[in-house]
Amino acid sequence: MDSFGSDYSPSAGSGKMDTGTIMEQVKVQIAVANAQELLQRMTDKCFKKCIGKPGGSLDNSEQKCIAMCMDRYMDAWNTVSRAYNSRLQRERARM
Amino acid sequence: MDGQGITADPELQQFIETESQKQRFQQLVHQMTEVCWEKCMDKPGPKLDSRTEMCFVNCVERFIDTSQFILNRLEQTQRSRGSFSETMSD
Repeated sequence: MDSFGSDYSPSAGSGKMDTGTIMEQVKVQIAVANAQELLQRMTDKCFKKCIGKPGGSLDNSEQKCIAMCMDRYMDAWNTVSRAYNSRLQRERARM
Repeated sequence: MDGQGITADPELQQFIETESQKQRFQQLVHQMTEVCWEKCMDKPGPKLDSRTEMCFVNCVERFIDTSQFILNRLEQTQRSRGSFSETMSD
């Protein structure tokens, strides 16, 4: 039985990827996917809120609106995450 | 046990199970944020005021209630009628 830490020994590089490396890569890929998901939905929502009629450039007030919208979207995301988490906790306690 | 590929590694299996669960949570947070944003957000202000925050919290609770209600009702109607297609016609 190998311990988890020993998988990281530099000598263990004989073609096959060790478990630690795979887990690390999966974590990175998940983080990237989540960031892309957030970016896409945030762009969508803030474009809708802040760009009335697309003009010749992104003017100052539109930029301000987008910046504010981004911050509020993050607030909303965190609020939803907290609310969902506490709901799960409550349901788990009832079981 | 050997020769089953990487999925046979119990440590990795446990890891994938945990990460999948976390990912399902995150995915639902993305989805509910989007839905509730439409319901609760007026014009984005300098901060999330408490009324809007309350709306988001209620929105999450009711969204989950709705999902559970629909699931329960579908289960019920399916059980009492036997066939799903019959319930669609009334």
